[in-house]
Amino acid sequence: MEKERPQWDNPLQFVFACISYAVGLGNVWRFPYLCQLYGGGVASVVVSFFLSMYYNVVNAWGFWYLFHSFQNPLPWSVCPLNSNRTGYDEECEAASSTQYFWYRKTLNISPSIQESGAVQWELALCLILAWLMVYLCILRGTESTGKVVYFTALLPYCVLIIYLGRGLTLRGATNGLIYMFTPKVEQLANPKTWINAATQIFFSLGLGFGSLIAFASYNKPSNDCQKHAIIVSLINSATSIFASIVTFSIYGFKATFNYESCLDKVILLLTNSFDLEDGSLTASNLEEMKDYLASTYPSKYSEVFPSIKNCSLESELDTAVQGTGLAFIVYSEAIKNMEVSQLWSVLYFFMLLMLGIGSMLGNTAAILTPLTDSKVISSHLPKEVISGLVCLINCAVGMVFTMEAGNYWFDIFNDYAATLSLLLIVLVETIALCYVYGLRRFESDLKAMTGRALSWYWKVLWAGVSPLLIVSLFAFYLSDYILTGTLQYQAWDASQGQLVTKDYPTYALAVIGLLVASSTMCIPLGALGIFIMRHLKRADTAPVA
Amino acid sequence: MLWLLFLLVTASHAQLCQPGAENAFKVRLSIKAALGKKAYAWDINEEYLFRAMVAFSMRKIPKREATEIAHVLLCNVTQRVSFWFVVTDPSKNHTIPAAEVQSAIRMSRNRINNAFSLNDQTLEFLRIPSTLAPPVDESVPAWIIIFGVIFCIVIVAISLLVLSGIWQSRRKKTETSEVIDSEDKCEHMITMENGNPLDEKGGHVNDAFMSEDERLTPL
Repeated sequence: MEKERPQWDNPLQFVFACISYAVGLGNVWRFPYLCQLYGGGVASVVVSFFLSMYYNVVNAWGFWYLFHSFQNPLPWSVCPLNSNRTGYDEECEAASSTQYFWYRKTLNISPSIQESGAVQWELALCLILAWLMVYLCILRGTESTGKVVYFTALLPYCVLIIYLGRGLTLRGATNGLIYMFTPKVEQLANPKTWINAATQIFFSLGLGFGSLIAFASYNKPSNDCQKHAIIVSLINSATSIFASIVTFSIYGFKATFNYESCLDKVILLLTNSFDLEDGSLTASNLEEMKDYLASTYPSKYSEVFPSIKNCSLESELDTAVQGTGLAFIVYSEAIKNMEVSQLWSVLYFFMLLMLGIGSMLGNTAAILTPLTDSKVISSHLPKEVISGLVCLINCAVGMVFTMEAGNYWFDIFNDYAATLSLLLIVLVETIALCYVYGLRRFESDLKAMTGRALSWYWKVLWAGVSPLLIVSLFAFYLSDYILTGTLQYQAWDASQGQLVTKDYPTYALAVIGLLVASSTMCIPLGALGIFIMRHLKRADTAPVA
Repeated sequence: MLWLLFLLVTASHAQLCQPGAENAFKVRLSIKAALGKKAYAWDINEEYLFRAMVAFSMRKIPKREATEIAHVLLCNVTQRVSFWFVVTDPSKNHTIPAAEVQSAIRMSRNRINNAFSLNDQTLEFLRIPSTLAPPVDESVPAWIIIFGVIFCIVIVAISLLVLSGIWQSRRKKTETSEVIDSEDKCEHMITMENGNPLDEKGGHVNDAFMSEDERLTPL
């Protein structure tokens, strides 16, 4: 008796799985950044494999921060003392306490990618825990994944709503929101704006990873995929906007807080230098007093002048950070200034973990489905062992990212493992579906499955608009890579307490090349392989006939 | 004559306590920043209290137990509020070395702060660094405890799932083999009833066929 293919218990589970997968960290950290900047077969498995290797490190970081949120005061809110206890640690003084906690305590980052350093055991432990968590969720296939995705899809929304309430009532939140909604018109004319928006939506929905295909394969054939496709896309976009509102109100709070601290520092400096009465200088009369002092004590003022910083709310809001920086530095900085910061911190990192694990489930499903479907492997090993092996291998490889230079390798994977290859994969998928398989055949298949005819809107998009868009995106990225010349990365300089730009060494460039090549070459190589095999078969059968 | 002496004394006092003088320290208070509405005004009585606190701190140092309030001199009081002070020795001609004054103030810093309801940031002694409070050192960091708890929960959950999976598959195997077994029994009975024509060799039991009991592997 053949084993029945597992199925989702109800269509809601499928939708939640897609939402949970699509609504990932990208919605929370990449989309808001882009808003701010601009007033959004065998190849899929390879890309998914690369992705799952490095993506779970983010969950490890999430666990690290979550466990450290149960302290008073929060460890990233205070600087540690230096050796003779007369002041604070120099690196922490030069940077800020949140940056110090991220770069020194969490990553223990080395000055450059060449110095690999040792594996950080604390982070390694968190990574192992993250993989165990993922294994627990995918252990039983759709049976367990189906239950877990209810949780991983809905909980982040609850936390986002709570945060919306908290964020909008924070001081300075309106500054952030105004900033978000005022479009920078000159940026709208920049083609790069639109390209980044297209890329964001593309990756946010997780197309080309095979995860959606994997999830969908567990659907009943009569499932109304048209409706679900629209629902998932709409929910994904709506979530991005919702998350942006939350992010920007918190951004505004942080910027206002920093701006006011900056003003306070300037006031203190002037009060001390000129021995003015305590409290005579305020934020409102600062400018007039500065002019007054400049005119009355010109020599002394010129001495003090270099140390006076020009505080501006705009420049605070402009410090655009994206990706890991936004999630772990900016948010933790905003959280440490809120009341009952431990509660907000726990909530936030818990939400981040839910999002991350939801996306990981999609990635691993993309790898596991082809493996469990293939007769060769699934006949020898049960499903649990295959999942266990995949998790084990990924965990072992992921140890690279817990080394001191691990974050630099993470950035390499993050920037290059997916971009070009995904575009190519989706392009090939679309062309294969529309032109090789035939749009008419697909249309009749859909009609047989769902009972509804395909509207012209879908046909036009699939056959014409999408391939054009993807080809232009592809061309743009290629030209960008070629024109940029040597690739560079941001390294953390401990003495200055900030990021500096450095060039990649040759072996890192080789790894980047390999990454891009291995995922993009799979399709042409696979096609070539099949072509050769067919040719050989024909050669075999011809003499017999 | 007396008047000349008086002038000499005040002059020497003035020389001893000067901004930037040897062994002199600048003090800066931010009373309004610290206390807001409850801020008190800085007057001569507060200065007297300050001199008393400095004398008190000096008395704690070996060999300086005889320091009096009169030995502490203040000068250049500004609106900030900031001023300079020196501590003189009993002869009132020399000032006590800066290192001694520094160690004295550092030791009694908390008492001085409390006397004025201020803290290290609002009552500053320039050039006297304050000892910062050491961080609370736990024997076992809190995060490891929480990590351990969650780790154990996940391991237990995984082992439960894996074990239940194995039990289920074993139960399925015994069920299916029982089903096959009962089907075979029916067949066997049917063949017996029909009387297998091939078996009419004198009713020998064909040993090539395994007996029923051995079909099931014993537990």
